[in-house]
Amino acid sequence: MALLQVDKLTKRFDGLVANRDVSFAVDAGEIVGIIGPNGAGKSTLFNCIAGHETPTSGSVALSGAELVGRAPEAIADLGLMRTWQIPRCFTAMSVLENTMVGALLRHPNPASARTEAQRVLDAVGLEKRGAARAGNLNLAGQKRVELARALATSPKLLLLDEVAGGLNPTEARELVAILRAVHARGITLVIVEHVLEVLMQLAHRVLVLDFGELIASGTPEEVVRNPAVIEAYLGRKRDA
Amino acid sequence: MLEALATGLFNGLIYAAVAVGLALIWGITDVINFAHGDFLMLAMYVAYWLFTLGHVDPTLSAPVAACVLAFVGFFAYALIIRPLQRAPAMIVILATFGLGLVLRQLAFIAFSPDYRNLPDTWLSGSIRLGDISLGRPQVVTGVVALAMIGVLFKLVYRTRWGRALQAVAEDRLAASLVGIPSDRVNAQVWMLGSAAVGVTGALLTSFFYVFPSVGAVFGLLAFVAVAMGGFGALPGAFLSGVLIGIVEALTGYLVEPAYKTASIFLIFLLVLWYRPRGLFGRW
Amino acid sequence: MKEAARPAIVRSRGARVVAVVVLALAAFPFAVADPFYRQIVVMTLMYGALGAAWNLVGGFLGRVSFGHAVFLGLGAYTTLLLLHKLGLSPWLGIPAGGLIAAVSAFVVGRPTLRLTGHYFAMATIAVLAVAHVLMVNWSWAGGAVGLEAPIANSVWLLLFRSRAPYYWIAAVLALLTLWATYTLARSRAGYYWRAINGDEAAARSLGVPAERYKMLAFVMSAALTGIWGGFYAIYVGFVDPDSAFSLTLSIQIVLVAILGGVGTITGPWLGAALLVPLAEGMRVAMGGSGKGFDLLLYGLAIVLVSLFLPRGLIALRLRRGAAPG
Repeated sequence: MALLQVDKLTKRFDGLVANRDVSFAVDAGEIVGIIGPNGAGKSTLFNCIAGHETPTSGSVALSGAELVGRAPEAIADLGLMRTWQIPRCFTAMSVLENTMVGALLRHPNPASARTEAQRVLDAVGLEKRGAARAGNLNLAGQKRVELARALATSPKLLLLDEVAGGLNPTEARELVAILRAVHARGITLVIVEHVLEVLMQLAHRVLVLDFGELIASGTPEEVVRNPAVIEAYLGRKRDA
Repeated sequence: MLEALATGLFNGLIYAAVAVGLALIWGITDVINFAHGDFLMLAMYVAYWLFTLGHVDPTLSAPVAACVLAFVGFFAYALIIRPLQRAPAMIVILATFGLGLVLRQLAFIAFSPDYRNLPDTWLSGSIRLGDISLGRPQVVTGVVALAMIGVLFKLVYRTRWGRALQAVAEDRLAASLVGIPSDRVNAQVWMLGSAAVGVTGALLTSFFYVFPSVGAVFGLLAFVAVAMGGFGALPGAFLSGVLIGIVEALTGYLVEPAYKTASIFLIFLLVLWYRPRGLFGRW
Repeated sequence: MKEAARPAIVRSRGARVVAVVVLALAAFPFAVADPFYRQIVVMTLMYGALGAAWNLVGGFLGRVSFGHAVFLGLGAYTTLLLLHKLGLSPWLGIPAGGLIAAVSAFVVGRPTLRLTGHYFAMATIAVLAVAHVLMVNWSWAGGAVGLEAPIANSVWLLLFRSRAPYYWIAAVLALLTLWATYTLARSRAGYYWRAINGDEAAARSLGVPAERYKMLAFVMSAALTGIWGGFYAIYVGFVDPDSAFSLTLSIQIVLVAILGGVGTITGPWLGAALLVPLAEGMRVAMGGSGKGFDLLLYGLAIVLVSLFLPRGLIALRLRRGAAPG
C-alpha cells in the first residue's frame, strides 16, 4: 500500500478549477517533487492534502486512512506534516519554543519535548539559535525553524512547500544536505519547488502540474525533456 | 403598537446618527472609539450649560457642540490615536476606553452625578400623527439625524474628498502612494465623526436626561449597530441603528420594558456568533 | 517562557522572589495592624489574581476579553445564593461559584472563541451586558438591589466580624492562583496557547487541537475568576448587578494585566501592586468625592500605559532579542 494515495482530487473555487482529477501515489521512503508554472495549483493541492481546504471531490489517504474531512490537527496526528510557502513561525516565541510546539505532539511532557526539540535543532543546524526570537530570524532562518518544527512531530510524510525559495546557493546546499539526512531517517518527502537544482538533486520522481492537472510524471531527467512540460513552462512555439 | 413602532423608528434614527459617526471613524481609521458615547455626553453637557447659563436653545447650540466635539475628536486623534498607529489593536481599544473613562470621570467630578434635564426648549411639546402622539423633540431630532446622515453619505460617497476617504479605508499605503495624505484624512474623519455626535448630543438634551454616564448606553448601542452593520459600512450602521431602535421599542411594548437592552445585546451576540461579517457586510 | 533563555541560576531566582513575597505576606498582618493597609493588600492580591486569571485568555491565548467581570459576578452570586437559599457554606459555595463560572464559559465559549480581535472583545462585552440585565430583573436573586451576606462570625460559614481572617483567605487563594497559572503556563497548554496566539492555522497543522485548548484557557480563566468572585462576595459582604457585572471592573482587570505585562506570569501581580495602592490612596486622599477620582486615575493610567508602556512593566526588564517569558 502506498503511503500517500491521492485519487482524482478536484478542487473548485466558484468558477475556477484549481485542481482537476489529480491522482498519484507516494510510496514510503520516496522523495517526490511537484513542479509546475505559477498558478498550476500546487499550493492548493497541498492545502487539500493537509486538510486546510476541503477538496470538491476525490480522496486522499495516508496509509489507507482517508484524510478528506479530517481537521488539520487530526491529519498531523496521523503523521502528515507540511511547511508553508511563506514561513508561519510563531514569531513571538523562541526558536526552541517553536520546535517544542511540534515536539509536544508526541512528547506531551514539556521537559521531554524540550529534549526532543533540542535534538531536532541540532539535526537542522539551529542548535546555537535556540534562544533567539523566531521573528528576528531572516527568511532562510525562519524556513529552517519551520522545518525543525515539522520534524519535531516525528512525521511519516513531510510536505515541503517551496522550502528552498529565497535561499542563496550556500543555504540551498545546506538545505539539500539536511533534507537528505531527514530522508535517511525514514521520512518520506513530497516537495513543491521552483528551484530546480534543489529538486533535481533530491527527487526520485517528479510530478508536473499545469492548470490544475497532472501532465507528466517520471524521473527528473525524463520530465525535464518532456515536451508537454516544456510547453507548459515556456508556452507553445509560435510559427512565424 | 404603531406608536411603539414610530417611537422606535425615531429613537433608531438617533442611534443611527451616533453609529454612523462611529462607523466612519472605524471604517477609515481602523479604530473602535470606545469614547464615542462619552463624546456624546460631552456634547449634551455643552448644550445643557449653554442653555442653563446662556439661554441658548439646543437647536442653536447644536453647531457649537459640533465644533467643540470636532476639536475633541481632533485632539483625541492627535494625542492618542496617531501615536498608537503601530500598536496592537487591543492597546488602541484600551486607550480609547481610557479616554472615555477620563471624560466620564471629569464630568462626574465637575458636574456631579445628578441627572439634569432642560425644562422648556423650542422643541418641547408633542406632535400628533393620526392616532399616534410623539414627542416633538424626538421627531425633530430624528429628522435632523436623518438629514445629517444624508449629508455624511453624500460627503463620503459623492465627493472627491469622500473618495479619498474610501481609498484610505481600503489601503492606507496605496492611498498615500497616490498622494492622499492619510494622516490628514484620519484627522478629518475623527473631527467629522465627532462633530456628528456633537449635533446629535446637543439635540438629545431637548428630551433626554443629562448625566455623566449617559454616554455608556448610547455608546454600547452604537457599537452594536456598527458591528451588526459590518464594521466600517456606513449604510449598514445606519440600518442597524434604526433596526435597534425599532427592536428596542417593540421589545418594550410586546415583552417587557426591562428587557429592552438585553434583547438588543442578545441579537448582537447572535449576529456576532453566527454572522460575524455583520448583517450587511463591508463598504 | 524564559527557561529557554535563562541559565538555571536565574530560574531559581523566581522561586526565591516568590518565597520572599510569601514570607512578607505572612509577616505583614503582624507588623501592620491598621486595617486600611490590610485592605489594600487584600485588594492588590485580588486584582493581581484576577489579572493573572484573565491573562490565560488575554495574554497567552491573545484573545482580549473586556467582559471578564461576568465570571466574577457569577461566582459571587452563586456563593451568596447558595448561602441564602440552601444554607450552603462558602467553603462549598466558592468552589461552586468557580464551577458555575466555568460551565458558563463552556456554554458561551463555543461560539465566542471562534471570533478574534475586536469581534471577540465586543462579544465578551455583550455577554456581560446581557448578564447584567438578566440579574437586574431576576428578583429571586435580589434584582437590582442585590444580595447581602449574612452577618456572622463562624469559620464554618467563612464569615467573620473581624477583617483579619479574610486576609489569610485572600493570601491562600492568591498563592493558589499563582500556582495554577504558573503550572498551566509551563505545561503543554501554555505552549499550545501561545502557538494558537501566534498563528492558529499553523498551530493546527502541527497537531494542536486548537478548539479544545482555546476552550481550556477560557474555562480555566473563568473558574479562577469565579472563585475570586466568591471571595469577593464574602469579603465585601454584598453584591449587586452594578458592582459585580461591571464593565469598569472588567477594564480594571485588563489594565492590571497590561500594566504589568501581558502574557507573563508575574506581570498582573506587578500591575496590581502598582495600581491598587495608588487608586486606594487616591480615593482616601480626595476624601468624600473620592469615588470619581480613583476611576479618573484608572482612566489616565489606561491612556498613559497604552501610550508609553504597552508591553507593561515587565518590558522594562526584558533583554532585546530574547523571547519574553
